[in-house]
Amino acid sequence: MSTTDAPVTTTEPSVLPDGWELVVGLEVHAELATETKMFSPARNTFGGEPNTNVHPVCLGLPGTLPVVNAKAVELSIRIGLALNCTVQRCVWARKNYFYPDMPKDYQISQYEEALNVDGWLALASGSTIRIERAHMEEDTGKSTHMGASGRIHDAGYSLVDYNRAGVPLIEIVSKPDLRGPEQAKEYVEELRAILVAIGASDGKMEEGSLRVDANVSVRPTGADELRTRCEIKNVNSLRSLGRAITYEARRHVELYGAGERPIQETRHWDEEGGRTRSGRSKEEAEDYRYFPDPDLVDIDPSPGWIEEIRASLPALPQARRAALIEVGAGAEAAAIAVERQLDGLAVAAIEAGADAERVLTHVANNLAVDGAESLDAGQFADLVRMEMSGALTATQAKQVLADMVESGRDPATIAADRGFEAMDSSELETMLDEIIAANADEWSRFCEGENKLQGFFTGQIMKATKGQADGKVIAQLLAAKKNA
Amino acid sequence: MAPLNRDDVAKVAQLALLNLDDDEIDRFTGQLAAVLDRAAELEAFDIADVPRTAHPYPLVNVFRADVAEESDDVRAEALAAAPEAEDGQYRVPPALGEEP
Amino acid sequence: MSQTEGLGPVHDIAAAVRAGERSAVEVLDEHLARIDARESELHTFNHVMADEARAAASALDEAVAAGADVGPLAGVPVALKDNMCTRGTATTCSSKILDGWVPPYNATVVERLAAAGAVIVGKTNLDEFAMGSSTENSAFGPTRNPHDPSRVPGGSSGGSAAAVAAEFAPLSFGSDTGGSIRQPAALCGVVGVKPTYGAVSRYGLIAFASSLDQIGPFSHSVADAALALSVVGGPDPRDSTSIPEPLPDLIGSLGEGVEGLRIGLIDELSGGALDGFEPAVLDRTTAAADALTAAGAKVDTVSIPSTVAGLSAYYMIAPAEASSNLARYDGVRYGLRHDGPNTASMMAASRTAGFGDEVKRRIMLGTYALSAGYWDAFYGRAQRVRTVMIREFDAAYADFDALISPTSPCVAFPLGAKADPMTMYLNDVCTIPSNLTGQPAISVPYGADDAGLPIGVQVLAPLRGEATMFRVAQALENARRSEEEA
Ligand SMILES: [Mg+2]
Ligand SMILES: [Zn+2]
Repeated sequence: MSTTDAPVTTTEPSVLPDGWELVVGLEVHAELATETKMFSPARNTFGGEPNTNVHPVCLGLPGTLPVVNAKAVELSIRIGLALNCTVQRCVWARKNYFYPDMPKDYQISQYEEALNVDGWLALASGSTIRIERAHMEEDTGKSTHMGASGRIHDAGYSLVDYNRAGVPLIEIVSKPDLRGPEQAKEYVEELRAILVAIGASDGKMEEGSLRVDANVSVRPTGADELRTRCEIKNVNSLRSLGRAITYEARRHVELYGAGERPIQETRHWDEEGGRTRSGRSKEEAEDYRYFPDPDLVDIDPSPGWIEEIRASLPALPQARRAALIEVGAGAEAAAIAVERQLDGLAVAAIEAGADAERVLTHVANNLAVDGAESLDAGQFADLVRMEMSGALTATQAKQVLADMVESGRDPATIAADRGFEAMDSSELETMLDEIIAANADEWSRFCEGENKLQGFFTGQIMKATKGQADGKVIAQLLAAKKNA
Repeated sequence: MAPLNRDDVAKVAQLALLNLDDDEIDRFTGQLAAVLDRAAELEAFDIADVPRTAHPYPLVNVFRADVAEESDDVRAEALAAAPEAEDGQYRVPPALGEEP
Repeated sequence: MSQTEGLGPVHDIAAAVRAGERSAVEVLDEHLARIDARESELHTFNHVMADEARAAASALDEAVAAGADVGPLAGVPVALKDNMCTRGTATTCSSKILDGWVPPYNATVVERLAAAGAVIVGKTNLDEFAMGSSTENSAFGPTRNPHDPSRVPGGSSGGSAAAVAAEFAPLSFGSDTGGSIRQPAALCGVVGVKPTYGAVSRYGLIAFASSLDQIGPFSHSVADAALALSVVGGPDPRDSTSIPEPLPDLIGSLGEGVEGLRIGLIDELSGGALDGFEPAVLDRTTAAADALTAAGAKVDTVSIPSTVAGLSAYYMIAPAEASSNLARYDGVRYGLRHDGPNTASMMAASRTAGFGDEVKRRIMLGTYALSAGYWDAFYGRAQRVRTVMIREFDAAYADFDALISPTSPCVAFPLGAKADPMTMYLNDVCTIPSNLTGQPAISVPYGADDAGLPIGVQVLAPLRGEATMFRVAQALENARRSEEEA
């Protein structure tokens, strides 16, 4: 797969007036699934009593020094490889700004040389989103604002908890390749699926271990300019992400419509108000004075280490979908199968000779149950084969399948137990003759071409066989009799 | 490089969260300008393709194992040093603006 | 104790205490008595740890009585610069912003000294956050030079240098970022060592400029300094910049002499390019070169042109790192707080009240050197000149085993004599290059001027070249002794 600059598109209906195009880039922060923090031996655990997961190093006490957590580096390289990035020698840099949640009043991050660069992520819906970089950095603590006590002079205050300070983060920055809120949500879902699949992060947006900032701008459809963007923060769910992007993009279109233009700033999503609000845009004051952190040395991953990590990567969602499409699945069916973790079963069954469409229909409609993944692929294939041969009706197959998941028995045995013997056509023919005799008038009209009566006769036979007959076989019989 | 002026010093003091009165700005402007004037001698070096040295002793890939170190007492001692604390947390005046 | 004869008081005390010939408590009391007699005049300490020291000393005596091996520094009183964290004892950096701060952990150096049987007697005075060359920038008042209390001891480790010179302790430790160990050692007439960057762990040393800071010893003899460095040095997993290989043997080769060694006298730092060098200083440096020649070394002058610009590179790099290292003093987690209506104003009020002028100057200089539009011209350019300097020294070490120069262009000056910052900065022209290159250097007492004020000679060596550096320093010490006896 190549990462050409081919224009990215989305099939979703535009949320903007005709003539306007949405341009979105996402910055996703994910907390890494390590035992300890990025540079300190304090525990990396969610929640807990305030300031209980701390150590002199992550409290930034005078004289303390950071030492890099090897596991965090390994997980970050896993992420880089999963996102098709180039993994390279990188430099730790200090991002300087005063912030009470940040014990050293600088954040250790990566600036000029990041660990992972120039990757891409393929979406199930078809487009490829380019990844600019995925760099390592440390998280900040959290402060809680305590409201004014009511006394006039009390403007309230904040309490700071450093449990989260120094938790290892990866920041994944996409190119401005996303064209709609649904596509942006799909990108985050896909990214999340990858992070979870490779064990790099638990990806829990609700717990804040996955956080998304959106850089939103608009432009005339088809233009390739990039107009002023706003960075939207405080987006805490996929739903909010879609709403925030749509709101912000429409705001930009309105501004341009009114002959104004948006100013580059950080804005915050207000879930209740359903709108973005301007954060402080202290442009001239924002000067982070990045420089190489003299307390840390470069990471220079050896080719051997990188290949070792690459070899340990599990199959990724995109490859698993591709494998299904390879054996004849449609894009949507493949996506569902992978989402349900049933893609392995489906591929095996199809490779065992079962009809792909039938297999995926069962996966999509009849296997949304616990234990489905432990179904024996060979037996699943047998079932589909019996169904295709007419030995079982769709209804019967569904019942047998459910039984298979529950009991683990093979389809033939189950069908026999339940007396699902599809009867042979000679039996059916005698039955049909009786029915024709009993309904001579309808039969003659049918023969004269009143085709809707086909349903009437089929229904009569089904009734007589308590639904055990195969619809296709009945149709063949009726046709034969009619033309006899 | 334009010479350092009062505005530069005022801006830098603001970035560094230092409050300076006018006399201090005047005094510091002169003293810092003297250092920067002398630093012009650095322009004499041909550094076109000379890399930067951030570490005098070349090392790479220094890591620690992902193993936790408990330190309950340290936590208590650290919190005890806080100018203001409440319910095991560090207390500060209300923030203005959000994290960049 | 004959085997330690002449090696120095640290060797003598340790040998006597280990052998049970003297008790650690007796040794300590002797030193505390000297402190009582002169400390009020000299102000070398921010905090004398008499009680903690007595407890440590008597515990040590019990261990000796019990037949335990109490370590190579058994019973040796040690003074520590007050920028090294001591758990349970205030560590202030001589700054109002850390006044009364008690660290909840020990610096690696502190733990290694305790394990070696040393007895820590106190925390010594320094220029605030180690920024200065006279110890006049201490928020708690200046330290005075034991040789002439009207003069400065040098700095920033002035308290540690003066404590050894005044025999308050036979051994002390300082930190050297641009000469802060070597220059006060020269002005106080003691030995002072700035080891190879990464030879001694910085964990627990409160940072001034992280890529330049190194901890090192002060002592009366070269052998005592070598022993002290062997005790505190070596790899530390808590410092990412600590050298992973163990220290080379520094003791065994001390007596080997300099026969056949090639030694270069750095022309630019010996009056060849920079002015402001006192004649007596240049005379003693020439005398040192002659003494080394007499001892069998091949001495030539060598030119290292970039050393002239070292000061300017240093005054971009060190303040840049300091501006970031000192951001954490914001009144939130520890130290001084002056309140304000919101977090930012509280932080600014605390920093404004807590830092002295020199610290503010360097924070602003560094902030400027790193700020948008100036980064490449100042910080970036200085880091490239740093590379040029390293290349020039590497070239010199292709022809020489070690280099020498004066340690300081001048002897101890009167308090208040160098109020202008740039004049003060010039004290470090000879010492700054070793911090920029990371290479080791030592200052050895080599006589005095007509007024009897001490003069030091600096011996420089390549990265991890401490063994050679100490050999040359020992040869100079021997030459000085025979000169004094003559
Ligand atoms: Mg960002
Ligand atoms: Zn980030």
